[in-house]
Amino acid sequence: MTASIESEAQQRDNVGRAAVVANAGGVRRDRSKRITPGRVLVLLALSACTVVFIYPFVWLVSASFKTRAEVFDNRLIPKTFTLDNYVQVWQEAPMLLWLGNTLLVTVLAALTVTISSSLVAWGFSYFRWPGRNAVFGLVLATMMLPGAVTMIPTFLIWNALGLTGTLYPLWAGNLFGSAFYIFLLRQFFLGLPRELFEAARIDGANNWRIFAQIALPLTKPAIVVTLLFEFQAAWTDLMRPLIYLRDPETFTIPRGLKTLVDQFGFGGEFRWEIIVTAGVLTTLPMVILFFLGQKHFVEGIATTGSKG
Amino acid sequence: MAATTQTPPDALGTSRARQAQRRNTRRDTRAALLFISPWLVGFLVLTLWPVLYSGYLSLTDYDVFNAPNFVGLENYRTLFSDETARLAIGNTFYFAIIQVPLQVLVSLALALLLNQAGRSSGFFRTAFFLPRMTPPVAIGVLLLLLFNGQSGLINRVLGLVGIDGPAWTTDPNWIKPGLILMSLWSVGSSVIILLAALRNVPAELYDSAKVDGANFWQKTTLITVPMISGALFFVFIINSIDALQSFTEAYTAYFGSGNTTYSNDAALFYSIYLFREAFEFLNMGYASALAWVLFVIILVITLVQLRVSKRFVYYEGEQR
Repeated sequence: MTASIESEAQQRDNVGRAAVVANAGGVRRDRSKRITPGRVLVLLALSACTVVFIYPFVWLVSASFKTRAEVFDNRLIPKTFTLDNYVQVWQEAPMLLWLGNTLLVTVLAALTVTISSSLVAWGFSYFRWPGRNAVFGLVLATMMLPGAVTMIPTFLIWNALGLTGTLYPLWAGNLFGSAFYIFLLRQFFLGLPRELFEAARIDGANNWRIFAQIALPLTKPAIVVTLLFEFQAAWTDLMRPLIYLRDPETFTIPRGLKTLVDQFGFGGEFRWEIIVTAGVLTTLPMVILFFLGQKHFVEGIATTGSKG
Repeated sequence: MAATTQTPPDALGTSRARQAQRRNTRRDTRAALLFISPWLVGFLVLTLWPVLYSGYLSLTDYDVFNAPNFVGLENYRTLFSDETARLAIGNTFYFAIIQVPLQVLVSLALALLLNQAGRSSGFFRTAFFLPRMTPPVAIGVLLLLLFNGQSGLINRVLGLVGIDGPAWTTDPNWIKPGLILMSLWSVGSSVIILLAALRNVPAELYDSAKVDGANFWQKTTLITVPMISGALFFVFIINSIDALQSFTEAYTAYFGSGNTTYSNDAALFYSIYLFREAFEFLNMGYASALAWVLFVIILVITLVQLRVSKRFVYYEGEQR
């Protein structure tokens, strides 16, 4: 990550380059109209890879409609089609409660991290103050720190506050912003024309209004990326729920799924159809999220790479 | 008053301007500090203090219930003679050394293909990225099912071409290869980063290579790879850091309250060992020492990679 500590000029350049990419895509399209043997080969190879990448999803969904005896039969279409697993899974495990807990944590985590990170990013991009770049370097440096180093003392803090076993430790840390999103949003803020804010200042807008009413609305793409990324990160996290949650009533869905694996997978009951169905229910919201925000996911990830 | 009238007007102007500027700077600094205050508080309480405190804990014996008992470097001494720690380090390096280059190669191959796909690249990109959305817990479950030695899909497919597949999930020799193969399923974000870099390579370079009669392989190795070396290196570093901290998939599949009957030493990654020491056995002092050693390992590897990269990575507009 230290490689990414660059000058502002370089970062602006990246934003400019992204615009060039968009154009290049348009130019390239013309070439693709001709059908050549090479192109057919490329499409065949890509289709084969697509099967490899998509089939595990298909397998999982298909298995969730099979009976216990047939879960492992590897058939594409279930021999005996049953909805029974989707009835059973709610009775065997408090799935609804787990989904509710996860949704609560995820929404709070995404909202708080977006608000706090955009505030902080604005402080690092609009204002010029002595030591700004040095302190921002510190922000980037924290991304290098393995989570394991802060994990135990952070647990002790929540323990001292008497909040282990609750959902707070899973999201409340986001109130203080997160280095990666601060970086992402700052990049975006730096790309906005400064004249806009100066004009508003002359018109008598204060710092808060310049931020909230002018800068933020222009930052929508980066904000959406932050919300989506954090939504996914919070939804899929297993480590923190493992550390902080003891009571099954408080579990998030990945933590719950892990319990089901322990109970029905190896615990002697061998009811994999329940695990498979819970797996589908854990994954499905993320797939929907991706299709809702596909463009933002792809652009967000492409931007993180362009600082390299 | 009399003295100021003696001062030349332009000097007075600049000093006043400087004063105003200083006032502005002070006002800006105050505002900026207000805006970054959430991070500042978070940094002090949730990063700086924890880092220092885990450094201290690593020198103690601590089980949460009793006060930390200072033992000096004892934990580190234990660590270097700890067979299990050595096993965990070995497993983690085995995984990282094979998984990281494989992941970079696979994502480069996929990105190159996508870059040739023209209009349909969007559809394929979605297909390659989708696994990245799967919660790692679910990936752990899929690993157990798809790689199951008797009935898993992988061995069924291998059987079709006459290969008798190994017991991926139970044979200690095959557990890590299984984890590595499964991890390649989520190369999606690396593919997207590399594809974005590929699209940045100026088309003129390929046009002039075409004039010179270069073939696809020459174009790839002599133009494409050098031109995207920055992105390749970025993907390499990020994946290395991730691989060294790999946890969820292996933990889901091979550890937990239920499956004590399995031999899972082969899947004991460093992060799993650390997690269990800290939160299952409450050896918080020893776990802190493990965390600091991990930190140093990652730092050293990243610094070495940065140094090596200086010789191979090309940045556009860079002065040499």
